[in-house]
Amino acid sequence: MLSLTINGHEVKVEPGSTILQAAEKLGIFIPTFCYDPQLAQVGACRICVVEVEKARALVASCCTPAADGMIVHTDSERVLAARQANLSLLLANHPLDCLTCEKTGECKLQDYCYLYGVDESDFVGAQKDYDLDDTNPFYIRDMNKCILCGLCVRICYDVNGAGAIEFINRGFDSKVTPAFDDPMEYSSCVFCGMCVDSCPVGALIPKESIRQARPWELKSVKTICPYCGTGCGLELLVKDNKVVKVRGDLSNPVSRGQTCVKGHFGIDFLDSPDRLKTPLVKKNGEFRETTWEDALELVAAKLKEVKPTEVAGLASARATNEENYLFQKLIRSLGSNSVDHCARL
Amino acid sequence: MTNSISEIEDAQALFVIGSNTTETHPVIGYRIKMAKNKGASLIVADPRHIDLADYADVFLQMRPGTDGALLNGLLNVIVDESLIDKAFIEKRTEGFEELVAAVKKYTPEYVEGITGVPAADIRKAARLYGTAENAAICYTMGITQHVEGTNNVLAIANLAMASGNLGKPHSGVNPLRGQNNVQGACDMGALPNVFTGYQRVDMDAQREKFEKAWGVALNSTPGYTVTEVMDAVLDGKVKFMYVMGENPSLSDPNLHHVDEALTEVDFLVVQDIFLTETAQKADVVLPAAAFAEKEGTFVNTERRVQLIRQAVTAPGEAKPDWVILTELAQRLGLPWKYESAEDVFREITDLTPSYAGISYQRLENEGGLQWPCPEEGHPGTSILHKDVFAKGKGVFTPVEYSPPAEEPCQEYPLILTTGRDLYHYHTGSMTRQSKGLAAFRPMEKAQVNPEDAKALGLEEGDAIKITSRRGEVTARSTITEIVPPGVVFMTFHFHESAVNLLTCCEAIDPVAKIPELKTCAIKLEKAAL
Repeated sequence: MLSLTINGHEVKVEPGSTILQAAEKLGIFIPTFCYDPQLAQVGACRICVVEVEKARALVASCCTPAADGMIVHTDSERVLAARQANLSLLLANHPLDCLTCEKTGECKLQDYCYLYGVDESDFVGAQKDYDLDDTNPFYIRDMNKCILCGLCVRICYDVNGAGAIEFINRGFDSKVTPAFDDPMEYSSCVFCGMCVDSCPVGALIPKESIRQARPWELKSVKTICPYCGTGCGLELLVKDNKVVKVRGDLSNPVSRGQTCVKGHFGIDFLDSPDRLKTPLVKKNGEFRETTWEDALELVAAKLKEVKPTEVAGLASARATNEENYLFQKLIRSLGSNSVDHCARL
Repeated sequence: MTNSISEIEDAQALFVIGSNTTETHPVIGYRIKMAKNKGASLIVADPRHIDLADYADVFLQMRPGTDGALLNGLLNVIVDESLIDKAFIEKRTEGFEELVAAVKKYTPEYVEGITGVPAADIRKAARLYGTAENAAICYTMGITQHVEGTNNVLAIANLAMASGNLGKPHSGVNPLRGQNNVQGACDMGALPNVFTGYQRVDMDAQREKFEKAWGVALNSTPGYTVTEVMDAVLDGKVKFMYVMGENPSLSDPNLHHVDEALTEVDFLVVQDIFLTETAQKADVVLPAAAFAEKEGTFVNTERRVQLIRQAVTAPGEAKPDWVILTELAQRLGLPWKYESAEDVFREITDLTPSYAGISYQRLENEGGLQWPCPEEGHPGTSILHKDVFAKGKGVFTPVEYSPPAEEPCQEYPLILTTGRDLYHYHTGSMTRQSKGLAAFRPMEKAQVNPEDAKALGLEEGDAIKITSRRGEVTARSTITEIVPPGVVFMTFHFHESAVNLLTCCEAIDPVAKIPELKTCAIKLEKAAL
């Protein structure tokens, strides 16, 4: 174990830990844009800089290894000035449409400007003027808002493996985009939505939730994806009894926040107008709405007319354990073992 | 899965066969690519040039339905080149000599003749798999949906045992299960021959336990499987069908046959969240709550039981399936009293030894638990068969390759293989109701190789008519080298191009009763759409 001091507090960490991890252990906050614990750290954004005594320059805490005897300051004047300058540079060409920006309330740029008292840029100059890419049905890319932290690029390469996006150009003209600057649907993008979840600002916005809710109005419910057998954790974000958007559940041990297009953008079937809402009974070849009372009475009556072994049931690989258990219990209690489901299909 | 999803990314070698993982299990697909990036060897075997083939150290593109021969070929090399794990074989298994004798004739050259895979690639794959410290096999329906599906799985088990790749981290035999809770539905006894936890209906002691707990007399004869039940209806043996959350009218082989049976059956009840193709044939339709509208548990492919939680209320009068079933049972005079999904779960754990240690409280606190979890305080089981197999010794079961039931012929010169794509799910009852997914992938695009397309004069996007001995469908085509010459791929997501009108319901695996959805003979014609 290594021992270091951060803001006057001593902390012990495993060799190989970063200063940021050591600070986290002490509950000391350090801002980050490009940091993601599941990725190799690149120290690109520099908002996490801290002062290490006897070091020549400020260091990026996310990728600087903690060393024995290190004395670190996370909120010295030098650190605060550097963070303010960093934010001021980002604001120089960032649209300030926070009133209508979808990210307001969970935008790291907004939060840090608030925290460090940066309300305008000292470096007013050219503004970016990219067209919105809203050609795919899942999310909008507004590269005018991109702060070039590169999280989306790294997640796309290192987590998804699709490698659909990269930086092009240099300096002010730097931009994250697919090959040939094409729309996303012509790239190797598989629309997993993990870049959208990772974006610290409003550059990547899921379409389904636009003008549906402010982040603070949303209730998060953690559950499991209803599609394939991987069992990924999803966070359903709910307002007024409607799932407004979905993101990967970072706390789920199976998926660790990872998602695919169906889990991330395919849950809106819940609100389809075609959902069944009342029991139906067929009369003369046509369905008519009926009550639960009448529907269940009819089913029970018909069940009593047949021999036990003449009953067969197909349970569901989509329903819960509890429901499948009760389904087979019901069919078997009637005297039939003809219960199966689509495991073979 | 014998092992866990989290182990994949640190495997030394991965052998993916019959699984288009990046489309059907995307997050597991990410892990396979991560493993590759960390230095794992990747062997991919599939009739189609799937995405993972681009990442593979060796790609074995076998003819559809020749998996068994390929697996025996790999075993032949592993035995021939002494890549076996002698200590594991001696200590943990029996029947190895019979296996050695059985795979002797499956030399790489012989197998090349059957599969079309170059002998050198078979040797290379066997060496990568056989020399790795730990190697995991992942497979899906590309292995099982054949008349010899059970044999294919046995061959996979032979391969893993011969190389000692069971019972240790980053190894194992790992079927990637298709649906969110297909593992759970099996665990819960939604199968004709077993109760929960695979306790058998034809074993007196196990059946009597359930008779006592449920307070009813139970039948000791296994019932009909999904592939047999339609015949049973047409033979007059089944008169009442209750379908909960399934859509056999699109998912089952030979839909004409399914359609006939569902029309013929005296009374059909369908309980679902949408008026599916199956529900349209019902006498009574019961509206159910969807996953986000109820509490309960799902079990994923690594046997992990996880809690699902209610986020919103169900629309209109729709109710959770467990509530509907309870109300119906009460009407039938059964003494059911469940106030919550958790009540039902407690009954399950009381009756199921492999679930006995699991509770909602533990699932909440521990982020799910992998069965077997036989008692409270047991941490769950991430790796099966660690020190001993469930049945004691692992038995090698030699299997002989036999060809698919239906091979191409003069009239039907092409092979059709079916599966899923990334943007839709099964019969599309949910994904086609999602605005984004439906817009991005609005219709079937049957994959046709450029050679076959040229012979027919097809251009990208042209409509085609696909005909088999069972029926015909039309679809748009896409011309792609993902499929080799002579092979056409279609999904079963679209009712407008219902591919299971073409597939065969008579060709089923004799043991598992799984239909041969992965190969049938077809012909193609240009069509007007």
